[in-house]
Amino acid sequence: MSSTAHGHAASVGNGHDAPAGHHHNPGFIEKYLWSTDHKMIGFQYLFTGMAMALIGGFTVYAFRMQIAFPGMSIPGYGRVTAGDYNALVTTHGTVMIFWVAMPVLIAALGNYLIPLMIGCDDMVFPRLNRLSYQIFLVSALVLISSFFVEGGAFGGAWTSYPPLSSKSQYNLTGVGSTLWVVAVALEFVAFLLGGINFVTTVMNSRAPGMKLWDVPIVVWMIVLASILFMASVGPLVAGAVMLIFDQNFHTGFFDPVKGGDPVLWQHLFWFFGHPEVYVVLLPAMGIVAEVITVFSRKRLFAQRTVIMTAIAVGIISFFVWAHHQFVAGIDPRMANVFSVTTLIISIPVAEMVFVYIGTLYGGSIRLTTPMLWALAFIAEFLLGGVTGIFLGASGADIYFHDTYFVLAHFHYTFFPIAFIAVFAAITHWFPKMFGRTLNETFGKVHFWGTVIPFNCIFIPLFVLGVRGDHRRIYDYRHFPDSMQAGMQDLRVFATLSLVVLLAFQVVFLVNFFYSMFKGPKAPANPWHANTLEWAAPSPPPHGNFPEGLPTVYRGPYEYSHPDRKEDYWPQHIAPEGA
Amino acid sequence: MNSIALPTRRVARQPLVPDAILGTLVFVAAETMFFVGMISAFTISRSQALPGTWPMPGQPTLPVASTAFNTAALLLSGVLVLVAQRLFSRGNLWARRVLAVAWALGAVFVILQGAEWAALLKQGLTMTSSRLGAFFYLLVGTHALHAVGALIALGWTWLQMSKGRLSQGLFFGSQVFWYFVVLMWPVLYLRVYF
Repeated sequence: MSSTAHGHAASVGNGHDAPAGHHHNPGFIEKYLWSTDHKMIGFQYLFTGMAMALIGGFTVYAFRMQIAFPGMSIPGYGRVTAGDYNALVTTHGTVMIFWVAMPVLIAALGNYLIPLMIGCDDMVFPRLNRLSYQIFLVSALVLISSFFVEGGAFGGAWTSYPPLSSKSQYNLTGVGSTLWVVAVALEFVAFLLGGINFVTTVMNSRAPGMKLWDVPIVVWMIVLASILFMASVGPLVAGAVMLIFDQNFHTGFFDPVKGGDPVLWQHLFWFFGHPEVYVVLLPAMGIVAEVITVFSRKRLFAQRTVIMTAIAVGIISFFVWAHHQFVAGIDPRMANVFSVTTLIISIPVAEMVFVYIGTLYGGSIRLTTPMLWALAFIAEFLLGGVTGIFLGASGADIYFHDTYFVLAHFHYTFFPIAFIAVFAAITHWFPKMFGRTLNETFGKVHFWGTVIPFNCIFIPLFVLGVRGDHRRIYDYRHFPDSMQAGMQDLRVFATLSLVVLLAFQVVFLVNFFYSMFKGPKAPANPWHANTLEWAAPSPPPHGNFPEGLPTVYRGPYEYSHPDRKEDYWPQHIAPEGA
Repeated sequence: MNSIALPTRRVARQPLVPDAILGTLVFVAAETMFFVGMISAFTISRSQALPGTWPMPGQPTLPVASTAFNTAALLLSGVLVLVAQRLFSRGNLWARRVLAVAWALGAVFVILQGAEWAALLKQGLTMTSSRLGAFFYLLVGTHALHAVGALIALGWTWLQMSKGRLSQGLFFGSQVFWYFVVLMWPVLYLRVYF
């Protein structure tokens, strides 16, 4: 398995063949691997994230097949042992969150979009930016290398709770567990450098005339997400350092035998882990805001409200973390407080969804591929959010804790965030990124081939969870309560749906790479959008705006203005008579 | 924003905070959260200790008095860096010498801390001997690493100042980082040593 995963990484990782259009003619390495251009760094993050998504997809295929057909030799992998199963689950979770969702949503899109959308030529600290990607790449390589060391990849779950994660006799992995912690810590350093860049660039390099309210929502969201990330990651890094000491130097930070406290790790982890949910949610929300305004030809309903609610979400997200620990032995009075804050945070998030529906209302909606993805995001994320209410209530959570209900719930939030919104972004900005157009028919086939199987995977898992299926079981045949009538059939159905979903990703990859080189040439502003990136040529050259940096005269969402013949009014077009 | 006669809002942008300072401030904020995480972990761990087990019987007590001297040296160093900044902005040549003294005081702090560690290790306080030991070396060691990093930055600043090539950005950046190291120390001292 490991060699296959590595092979994918190598083949896609080398595919940085995006047109760059530098003024001078740099060599291959300088152009694709050692560039300080924000667009190229964005592509590096994007392609690395895509390669890592293949690893994440392959691991979930292997362990879901084990659940559906226990003990069988799995095509492309072989027999899954209990130790393998733990390593596969851990790798799936880790990779999908830290090496797919975060690099693609924040680093790739942030790097690519921020300078273009605020109308400047590059990030404020371009060399810091390059260093950020290089550290990120090293972190990915460290994680992949853990497959090849003795004992294999880390098997202590992506949340890495001690004592499971700190003692190798429990997690059955050797040096792999330390490599896992090191990889995660390195990755956070990379995103810290990126975040410093994002905040400084947006504060100091906006185009003349661009007030804070004129900054497009997606930029707001990525910057807010970076701030959330940087404010929450410190305690987790502290915990990671302590965990490395516990694993390798036999200290007792989290070891009850030596007077330590295992729940302390859970606090440090979830103090980061819960804001992390919003770190990836906010950029996804931003992408959806951009796409639905462009394709419903309407101003974003209550633009300032969206920004205010995003700030509110960010603040409240620091006060909800212990809802992950209701059964970990925390004080029930504390559980009550965290129940209340958890239910409170659903209010601003729901408000954003209402605002988006309000934007759609009365618009002239165009069902292009990006718009389909954006609409699917709203619908699917809503399901994820609503099921979260059950889990946030501490009483109900005692029953649901660690069942497939929890698993289905967070996949209904993370899949829309990390895939549906990302596909919306890629299909929306592809003409700008590569100067070519994606095929719409292929795009729609891929859309339906992803969204329908997605629901077919996770609706059965909700049902299984309500019937009491525990999520950390390798072979359900040993548990008669979990083998009642129909339960195994639901597991098989979910797994087969997963295989269908993975198969349809081939459609996307073919469409993506074919269109990148052979697709029809795209004009500068194919969607008739307002924001500044569409004022640059497609693809933008080094320096972004060859005719000089733009000046901003209005907000980003002036669609269907009554005094205009065209139904859009780009931010950089000077008003008549000015 | 929706009014028909839109005013032209052509404003030359004066950044409120220069790039280098803003970047360093964001970095320091993230670093602060790193220390906050460790200090709160320490606080929780300490509050859960059974009566009479903190510090563990038989373990050496931390040298409060000699560390007070270190603390004073470090705080003085921070003040001197501020003085150097004032002198430098007025073009006063004494800035270089004041900065060198500040650097030396910072180095004295790190060396004395190292001597303290060696003594404590000899007395049997290690990372595995007790939770106090584990947290002591974790917190103080992390701070020491930051102090060394900040001293390197400050030394580089001094070198550039001597050559007359010091940029505002570098000076501000290394200053902010040094103040962070200086101000974090009293917090650690009061939490860990008492």
